Amino acid sequence: MKRYGTLIFASGLAFLLFVMFAALPLGAPPMTVGHAILDQAASQVGAANIVTSVVLAYRGIDTLGELSILFAAASAVGLIMGHARHDKPAGAPGGFILRAGVDLLYPLILMVGFYIILHGHLTPGGGFQGGVALAAAIILAVLARPGDLPSHAALSWVEGLAGAGFIATGLAALAYGHAFLTPLLTGERLGALVSAGTLPVLYIAVGLKVGAELASLLSRFTEEAAQ
Amino acid sequence: MSDFSLIALLGCAIGLIGIGFAGLVLGRNLFRIVLALSIAEAGANLLLILVGFRYGGIAPILEPGRTVANMVDPVPQAMVLTAIVIGVGVQALALALAIRARNAYGTLDMRLLRERMESDIDRAAGTTPDTSRQAPAGTRPLPPPLLAKREPLS
Repeated sequence: MKRYGTLIFASGLAFLLFVMFAALPLGAPPMTVGHAILDQAASQVGAANIVTSVVLAYRGIDTLGELSILFAAASAVGLIMGHARHDKPAGAPGGFILRAGVDLLYPLILMVGFYIILHGHLTPGGGFQGGVALAAAIILAVLARPGDLPSHAALSWVEGLAGAGFIATGLAALAYGHAFLTPLLTGERLGALVSAGTLPVLYIAVGLKVGAELASLLSRFTEEAAQ
Repeated sequence: MSDFSLIALLGCAIGLIGIGFAGLVLGRNLFRIVLALSIAEAGANLLLILVGFRYGGIAPILEPGRTVANMVDPVPQAMVLTAIVIGVGVQALALALAIRARNAYGTLDMRLLRERMESDIDRAAGTTPDTSRQAPAGTRPLPPPLLAKREPLS
């Protein structure tokens, strides 16, 4: 009975959403905010990637809130999982192929991660995506050799310093008389690697924070699985 | 992109949301419920991206030879970027809770989990499920009759 009720509810919800969204001007959105941002982003922020301008400049405080949500989730996972006991035997090491592959790929994945972070204001990508790539590199190393897990203290330091760097960059704008998180030093060099002022700095902070957070999350899961 | 394919994409996004919701309610395995949540989230993200799409639109990245006039709306894309990251946080938290539940009760099955959890609560409260007055009306035993059985009138 519950099953049929649920199916009716889900299809009713889908129908409701479909009717609502089919009435929208799909394919030709009004873009009242979007047009203003597209017109002014180049001169106001100076980042070639306009999505980055939105994420870090126009909605920078929102990104700060998002980082704090991620931080809260990571702390809650740490709280729930508790501290791993290190006298317990770690999980079995990965096979030869995994270990050899990780040795080869680890620096390359790290490099790709940093590339994505540093080019976040020019190409699709940025701190969040690059941070996930960094975390992937670390978790691959953990899977290959569960014995030497990354120390949570080091990851917490990276995470804390990156978060403090993000807020400090925002506060620096206050010191110059702008609003919190206003991009500074936005030059005219649109499309250059060193452009868009403080946006790359913010994205480096975001990338390191996300990478450290996800790596500590995943290594907590690995520790739990090993026990 | 034609109008038909746009409607088809809309149907896909909404279908993903519907599948996710159905899985959330019908799923019995905790891990599958987390997966259903992430399916619904993917549908919602696709829906947001679709709202910002325009016919003949290009990615909102400034390059020589590209005009601002026919770029897609960057605001929904930034919002989806946010939503994906928050989704990862939610999933990690849900998985941590599922792992804890499995360590404590040895199963991920919702029914078994509920049974074992309730018997745990009963034991901690010092009651047995059969005599608990808090049990739902259908399952709790009827109180003993106050009066002795009435003698049939002769």
